[in-house]
Amino acid sequence: MFIIKLLIRNAFRHKLRTGLTIVGVAIAIVAFGLLRTLVDLWYAGVEASSASRLITRNSISLVFPLPISYKDRIRQVPGVRDVSWGNWFGGIYKEEKNFFPSFAVEPRSFLAMYPEYRVDPVELKSFLLDRKGAMVGAKTAERFGWKVGDQVMLRGTIFPGQWEFVIRGIYHGAAKSTDETQFFFHWDYLNEVMRRTVPRRADQAGYYIIELKKPDQAAEVSLAVDATFRNSLAETLTETERAFQMSFVSMTEAIVIAIQIVSYVVIVIIMVVAANTMAMTARERIPEYATLKTLGFGGLHIAGVIFGESLVIAMAGGVTGVILTFPAARWIETELSQFFPVFTVAPSTICMDLAAAFIVGAVAGIFPTWRGVTIRIAEGLRRVG
Amino acid sequence: MGIPYSYSLRNLWTRRLTTVLTASGMALVVFVFAATLMLSEGLRKTLVDTGSWDNVVVIRKSAQTEVQSGVDRSQAAIVETQPEVAMAEGQRLVAKELVVLISLPKRGTGKPSNVVIRGIGAPSLLLRPQVKLREGRMPRPGSAEIIAGASIAKRFQGGGIGETLRFGMRDWTVVGIFDAGNTGFSSEIWGDVDQLMQAFRRPVYSSVIFKLRDAAEFGRVKARLEADPRLTVEAKREIRFYADQSEAMATFLNILGVTLTVIFSLGAVIGAMITMYAAVANRITEIGTLRALGFQRRSILGAFILESLFLGLLGGVVGVFFASFMQLVTISTMNWQTFSELAFSFTLTPRIIGASLVFSLVMGFVGGLLPAFRAARMNIVDALRAN
Repeated sequence: MFIIKLLIRNAFRHKLRTGLTIVGVAIAIVAFGLLRTLVDLWYAGVEASSASRLITRNSISLVFPLPISYKDRIRQVPGVRDVSWGNWFGGIYKEEKNFFPSFAVEPRSFLAMYPEYRVDPVELKSFLLDRKGAMVGAKTAERFGWKVGDQVMLRGTIFPGQWEFVIRGIYHGAAKSTDETQFFFHWDYLNEVMRRTVPRRADQAGYYIIELKKPDQAAEVSLAVDATFRNSLAETLTETERAFQMSFVSMTEAIVIAIQIVSYVVIVIIMVVAANTMAMTARERIPEYATLKTLGFGGLHIAGVIFGESLVIAMAGGVTGVILTFPAARWIETELSQFFPVFTVAPSTICMDLAAAFIVGAVAGIFPTWRGVTIRIAEGLRRVG
Repeated sequence: MGIPYSYSLRNLWTRRLTTVLTASGMALVVFVFAATLMLSEGLRKTLVDTGSWDNVVVIRKSAQTEVQSGVDRSQAAIVETQPEVAMAEGQRLVAKELVVLISLPKRGTGKPSNVVIRGIGAPSLLLRPQVKLREGRMPRPGSAEIIAGASIAKRFQGGGIGETLRFGMRDWTVVGIFDAGNTGFSSEIWGDVDQLMQAFRRPVYSSVIFKLRDAAEFGRVKARLEADPRLTVEAKREIRFYADQSEAMATFLNILGVTLTVIFSLGAVIGAMITMYAAVANRITEIGTLRALGFQRRSILGAFILESLFLGLLGGVVGVFFASFMQLVTISTMNWQTFSELAFSFTLTPRIIGASLVFSLVMGFVGGLLPAFRAARMNIVDALRAN
């Protein structure tokens, strides 16, 4: 008990310096926590993907469509429970900066496959019945103040023209990590307009989603689907939803790696600052340590005092940082919602935060501890601060 | 009378460990600061060099990228016959091009990434003087031959000279490598536009690019093209076009860079403050003596601020020194707007060096200001009596 009291008293003897160090550590921990969360977000799409769904796309690349006739042939492949299809629409609402992902989907099969999008049954029914109906995530609806029944106009970037929709449903995510910013509408609507305006682009799907009977058949079914269309005009590439999402992430990997490196650099910087503080503290108190030694306290005791003080300061900063991380994340979630629809700090990030603070304290304490333990009594007493 | 500069300098030397720790903290911050600026500069330079001021890109209205765009043959022909188009060697400098994305596996990891394939016509090279054939030869029209950008040849499987790539149900032989310096074209594959349109079964061009005979005529030709009822296109200067393409990426890098720099500099300023407060605390008697010798409060203030500025500058120089090595690094990442690979490298300019050093001085100044005031405000008698 006494030793803890001594540690805390010691830590706050130099209030200004300790205070500054704690603030420094807290800032670093907030930055570290937010950067880790940012990296987690990068993989959020991968994490949210299901193992029992496959995505089939054109093997050349995503920008090439597949004939709609493929849906029946895919359905016949053994192991396939259901097939859905859609197109990336890439619509713009008024201005480019109002970005949200928009898709033309086959609504019945799509919603059956994605139980994570929860819609009120009444809204669901009216969405399914209205060909111009659209279903939008709660976050996007809130951002633009859309309500059920509102008319919305999107400008097509891939499919030219002005597209009119009526909001028929607002979906909520089943989990906190579910993306609530997407916009879905009837593929039939898209197709009808394309038939009329650009017939060569009609009857095409950007991708197929396959629901498997058993998740462990993913590899066989993928191979079987791709074999069906080998040497056809549009060869396919089928992969699990996870791998599909991962392919996007890996293309931007350079940035993720940079953020990860930076998050560790933050810790190193603050380690240097904290080490500086501890080195100064230890230097000032060397006569004290010599006195303690004279009184008969062992090296271990001295080590405990110096090392413990370093840990107390670092952990105080760490805990402050963790507490501050939550309002900071909340702020990002509300202010920067168009970039980061979800900004939730994971429990593992909190653990990493505290571990990082501990490491900062430990590393900063090593050198001063060694100095304090090895100093000889006579030498220490002779020193003038 | 002022205190000699050497006093401040020598103080840093006396407390070497503290100086090194504080300065290295600052050096790290300056390093990150400079690296972010270098990255933005690299991206900007890549895009500016990719476009030319007197080239015009015509794409379908409201398509943001060439990949999304479609300009059919009759529309392309109308664009081709505009009077503002420049002539050279007896031909009009107009290229009707096809741009598609394909995914290719990278060398080493085998991970697929999106690559731009550009179908080019004869004038395409004339329109882009920055593109030079480095090895091999140009593809023969009408054959399944392609040339690859230097960065593709290096990073993608099958991109090297003599190798083959398979797409569009055909094997394509790489017969040449072109060097487009630090531009977006280095991350592209070029082939004959008619062959590629056939292979991908695309009956329409993606874009029409032409050189203006007089750069000042852009406004007129843009207005005429966009008002023509037979066309549904928009025209942009090539430089503007490429800058728009990476706006999201540039904004992201800037926001990330500014946020990190602010957070980091807070840490470094705190580090400097701790150091300088300790420096003052350790030297109370000394300060008293200096004052007793007749040095003014102002001189004391100056000496401590100077010491802190030296500390900042030291960190700044070290930080910029290490950041300069980042020029060897090339980042390749997907551009969100075009969904294709874009390679760019960190670029150091004198302006960035200047900004980094000023930044380090500001950090030193802010960190040293309060401690210096404390030192200057000290009472002679109290200071001498301390210890």
